[in-house]
Amino acid sequence: MSFMQRIIDFFSRKSTVTKGGGDKAISKQKAGGKMTARERIAALLDEGSFHEYDLFVEHKCQDFGMGDKELAADGVVTGSGTIAGRPVCIYAQDFTVAGGSLGLMHARKITKVMDHAIKMGVPIIGINDSGGARIQEGVNSLAGYGEIFYRNTLASGVVPQISVILGPCAGGAVYSPALTDFVFVVDQISKMFITGPEVVKTVLGEEISMEDLGGARVQAETAGNAHFFSNSELECFEQIRTLVGYLPDNSRNKPAIIEQKKPKASYKIEELIPKDSKIPFDVRDIVRALVDDSEFFEVQELFAPNAIIGFGRINGETIGIIGNQALFLAGVLDIDASDKIARFIRFCDAFNIPLLTLMDIPGYLPGSDQEHNGVIRHGAKVLYAYSEASVPKITVILRKAYGGGYIAMCSHHLRADFVFAWPTAEIAVMGPEGAANIIFRSEIMAAENPEEMRKQKVKEYTDKFANPYVAASSGYVDAVITPEETRAAVAHALQLTRNKQEARPDRKHGVPPF
Amino acid sequence: MSEQQFSEIALEGGTYETCVTKKFMQRKPYEKHDPRIIKALIPGVVAEIGTQAGNAVKKGDTLMILEAMKMLNRIKAPQDGTIKAINVAAGEKVTKGQVLIEIE
Repeated sequence: MSFMQRIIDFFSRKSTVTKGGGDKAISKQKAGGKMTARERIAALLDEGSFHEYDLFVEHKCQDFGMGDKELAADGVVTGSGTIAGRPVCIYAQDFTVAGGSLGLMHARKITKVMDHAIKMGVPIIGINDSGGARIQEGVNSLAGYGEIFYRNTLASGVVPQISVILGPCAGGAVYSPALTDFVFVVDQISKMFITGPEVVKTVLGEEISMEDLGGARVQAETAGNAHFFSNSELECFEQIRTLVGYLPDNSRNKPAIIEQKKPKASYKIEELIPKDSKIPFDVRDIVRALVDDSEFFEVQELFAPNAIIGFGRINGETIGIIGNQALFLAGVLDIDASDKIARFIRFCDAFNIPLLTLMDIPGYLPGSDQEHNGVIRHGAKVLYAYSEASVPKITVILRKAYGGGYIAMCSHHLRADFVFAWPTAEIAVMGPEGAANIIFRSEIMAAENPEEMRKQKVKEYTDKFANPYVAASSGYVDAVITPEETRAAVAHALQLTRNKQEARPDRKHGVPPF
Repeated sequence: MSEQQFSEIALEGGTYETCVTKKFMQRKPYEKHDPRIIKALIPGVVAEIGTQAGNAVKKGDTLMILEAMKMLNRIKAPQDGTIKAINVAAGEKVTKGQVLIEIE
C-alpha cells in the first residue's frame, strides 16, 4: 500500500466506524427525540475538546452468526475532554449499534476509560443508552458488567462519578449508575428498572407502562435513584456542567475557590422566618440569602422534599448544604430524607466539601409504615454519616431542634465544629405540646378545666425551654446570632476550619448501617 | 414536587401546617396479621391443591404447592383447624398478598 493509500484507508475506516449503526438506525434514534452518542459527548464537553480512544475495537464473538457481524466501535464511544477547561473521562453507549448492547469488548472499553479516570484523578461521566447485555456473548457479557461495577466501587470516593441515563438502562446495567455519585435523567427518555413491564406482567399480572415503572420522573421523585431531572438532553448537559463546577477533580484536591459574590439583595434573611415556629416557609430561601449570588444548586429536588440538599458557595468556596424543609411534612426526618441526607454527607466528606446544616426539625415521622420499613436503621445513617465526616461541619439552628432530630442534624454532640442558633431557635427534648402533656399530666388531669390547664402548661414550658439559651448555657451552642450576622459567621467558620484535622481510630473501615 | 397544597400533620410535638407528599398520601394503614388467613407471600401459580374445604388439618400439613420464582413452595397449615375456604384453583395465577386459603 502506498502512503496515500494508507491515508485514504485510514479515513475510510474512521468514517465507517464513526457512523455508528448507520443512517437508518440514526434516524430512528433521532425520531425518539434522542441525540447520538457522539453528538451527546460534543454537546456536553467544551467545544472540540473530545479525544476518542479505542475507535477500532471489535467484538470477538463467533457464536450465533456474530462472526461476520461488524459492530462499530463495539457500541460505545470512549475518551476524554474538558468541561470548563477541566479534564474529564467519558463514555457514551451508542444505541444505534446493536441497541447499545454490552459485550465483552464494549465493557473493556468502558473499564479502560474508568481505570484512566481513577489513575489520573479526574471525574468519570458515563452516558447510558443500552438495551442491556449482548445475549450472544453470554456470560462474557455478564463478566463485563461485573468488571464495571467493581471499578465503580474502586472509584467511589476517589473521583466524582456521574451517570447520565439517556435511554433504557435495564436489568443488571442499572447497578453501575446506582454505584455512582450522581444520576441524571431526562423526562420521557430515561428508563431504569431491574425487571421491565413485560416481566412484571407475566410474574405479577400487573399492567404498568415503562414510564410509570421506571421513567425519569419515577426515578427522581419516588424511587430516589436519580439526583437530577430535566426536560431535555441539552438541559441535562447544562446541569452536569454546573455540577462539575462545584466539585474537585478527585479526593486529594479541594474544589476550586472562585471569585466571591454577595447574595442578591432581594433575599432579606431577617424577613424570611415566620414569627410562629409552626408556620411553614421555604428553607431554600434562607440558603439563597446566605450563599454567593444566591445560587443554590439543589440535588434530589423532587425526592423526599422534607429535606433539602445541594451545593452553593460562600466567599467563593464550595459548600454542601443540608436543611430541614418545613414546607413539606413539617420538615420531619423519615426513611427517604435520611437516605438522601446521609449519602450526600458521605459524598461531601469524601471530596473535601464543608457541610452547612440548617436545622429546623420537629422530629421523626410517626407511623407503622415508617417503623416497619426500618426508619431506625435508615435514620441511623444520618448519625453515622455526620459523626464520621471530618470535613468542616457548621450548623445553624433556625427554629425547631427537638429530640433525636436535634442530635442527628449535626449537633455539637456529633462533632459539629460550630453550632450557631438564631434567637428563634427552640432546642428542647421535644415540642412544647408533647412535653407539657407528659411532664404536667397529673396536674392537667386534676384541673377543673384540663384544656385551660394544658394551654397554660404548654405556655410555661415554651417560655422556659423553647429557646436557644438552655442549650447555650451548657455550651451546646457556640453563639446565638441574628439572621443578618449568619453569612459572616459561617464565612469566618469556614476560614477557620480550612486546615481542620481530626484523627480517627485506626481501622480497615467502619460498618455503617447501610 | 408533589402537590403544593397545605394541610396539617400531627407529630409528637403538636400539629403542623405543611404540604404532604404523594408517598405520604399513599401510606397503607396497619393491618393485624390473622394466622387463619393464608396469603401468597410471592406472586406465582398454584401448582397443586392437596386439601379441600371442610377437611381437618394439623399444623405443618402441606395444603398447597405454589410455584413461584422457579420454586415449588409448600404452603403449610400455620395451625390446627378446619379448611373454611380455598379461594384459588389449581393452575391459577396469584398475586402477592392474595388470599389462598382460610382456616377456622
